[in-house]
Amino acid sequence: MNLDDLTIKRALTLLSKGEITSKDLTLACLDRIKRFDPEVKAFLYVNEEWALAQAEASDKRRKDKKERSLEGIPLSIKDNILIRDHPTTCASRILANYIAPYDATVIERLKEAGAVFLGKTNMDEFAMGSSTENSAFFPTKNPWDLERVPGGSSGGSAVAVALRMGLGSLGSDTGGSIRQPAAFCGVVGMKPTYGLVSRYGLVAFASSLDQIGPFGLNVEDTAILLQIIAGEDHKDSTSCPIKNLDFVNFLEQNSQRSFRVGLPKEYFTGDLHPEVQRALEKCIDILKKKHTLKEISLPHTKYAIATYYIIAPAEASSNLARYDGVKYGFRAECKNLIELYKKSRSQGFGKEVKRRIMLGTYALSAGYYDAYYLKASKVRTLIKQDFEEAFKEVDLILAPTTPTPPFKLGEKISDPLQMYLSDIFTIPVNLAGLPCISLPVGLTEDSLPIGAQIIGPAFKDDLVLASAYSLEKELSLKLLPSILINQS
Amino acid sequence: MSITLDEAKKIAHLARLEFEEKELTPLTEELSKILNYFKELQDLDTSEVKATFHPIRKNTPFREDEVKVFENIEGILKNSPSLKDTSIVVPKVVKVP
Repeated sequence: MNLDDLTIKRALTLLSKGEITSKDLTLACLDRIKRFDPEVKAFLYVNEEWALAQAEASDKRRKDKKERSLEGIPLSIKDNILIRDHPTTCASRILANYIAPYDATVIERLKEAGAVFLGKTNMDEFAMGSSTENSAFFPTKNPWDLERVPGGSSGGSAVAVALRMGLGSLGSDTGGSIRQPAAFCGVVGMKPTYGLVSRYGLVAFASSLDQIGPFGLNVEDTAILLQIIAGEDHKDSTSCPIKNLDFVNFLEQNSQRSFRVGLPKEYFTGDLHPEVQRALEKCIDILKKKHTLKEISLPHTKYAIATYYIIAPAEASSNLARYDGVKYGFRAECKNLIELYKKSRSQGFGKEVKRRIMLGTYALSAGYYDAYYLKASKVRTLIKQDFEEAFKEVDLILAPTTPTPPFKLGEKISDPLQMYLSDIFTIPVNLAGLPCISLPVGLTEDSLPIGAQIIGPAFKDDLVLASAYSLEKELSLKLLPSILINQS
Repeated sequence: MSITLDEAKKIAHLARLEFEEKELTPLTEELSKILNYFKELQDLDTSEVKATFHPIRKNTPFREDEVKVFENIEGILKNSPSLKDTSIVVPKVVKVP
């Protein structure tokens, strides 16, 4: 079975015609994992026996004419999303032995749709990072160049989809953690509107920014997955009721629509890597034919990094207080309760997580709250208002996903501020809660993927998908990571 | 804006973390560098701006206050580092008078 360009949609057709079974498909994906994962290390956990049992159960349902919308499709899941009775480590030593006692709502929905889970993917510890180098276990490598990072924090999921070790994946995006690795690995990744997808069962990092979203080989597969996981959930009070959830049909019906597309001047500056600039110019030329393009301004963009790196660590320092060595997770040897807390946390958390807890605790501490957390929360309003103003004039916004192509392993890991600055284009969207998709738009001369993102107004996830679908068709790129080309 | 070693020690205690001196010195420097970067926010006049704590405004939804049974209690208890029957064992927290 050739998995290289096998989409979820195509696989569903083959399954329904009886040309393949879910077991064939699952075995083919497991075979991919065996061949490529020792090199790229995208997975923290693979359970072959479990995957095959799910596939066989799915084949039986299909035989009994009881198939559901995603019947028999093998997927991977980022290791901060809970699947009952399987490990969820968040790539942290503090959760190394944690077995999830319940399903996240997104998992419940995927199970109801007939999905098959292959395993859990690597990430930056507690989703804090932009390269997957902060995993407590091992870094993941970019399949286009093994010396480069896959992006992060959902690096494992992006690599898994790029190498077809599963036909799709779920990640989480707090400041770009789906879109940036999607761009670096040449796949599609989407951060939905805040509240579109339930966060119940997602290990919390920064609750006002976190959102679960899908990865796919193309826009349509991404829409198929989003359609299943989206919708209000009473277990997450920040999830919202949604009117149009038929994203897949919406794509086809609206692919010929003409939009007003904004190009924010703050994203297209001289600092942009020349090859990223060139790839974006090509997109602009294509979009011009059908859509009305307009330069816009998002004047507070330059304040987004400082705002985010105050708010996210502040929320994280509070969310991660629960890892105290008492109820679950790692417990260090100790003599008394205060030692139990301090030693368990200090030995259980990695360097970046501790750095952010320190930063967040400082920003929330007496005497500094107004200068940092409150100030950042006010600047967040200004950033949000920039988008609201822009969307009075345009329907959607086009921007590069990252300022540069994938960087090298080790290049930024020793300088946290440099690493934070690489998130400049993805962060504003999380602060404003908006939907945004990253899709591949070209390759550098060295065959490294380049991504562009399309941002929409809140709850216009359908428009974001439809415009990306149409751009993807026009670009009609054939992308195959070098590791796959070298194999064949 | 930079922080001193003593301040870093105080923050570490508040966050229930501990660092060896040789870790704390570079960490304090890194934190100072990051905090210094945050200074740019002070350029903005936000005296008339309301804070955003939540990106999508929504009223808190209410529901009936009903008890719902979580059936996998065993699955939760199994994750505890030290268990006796259905109780989680921790170091003694009360002092004998």
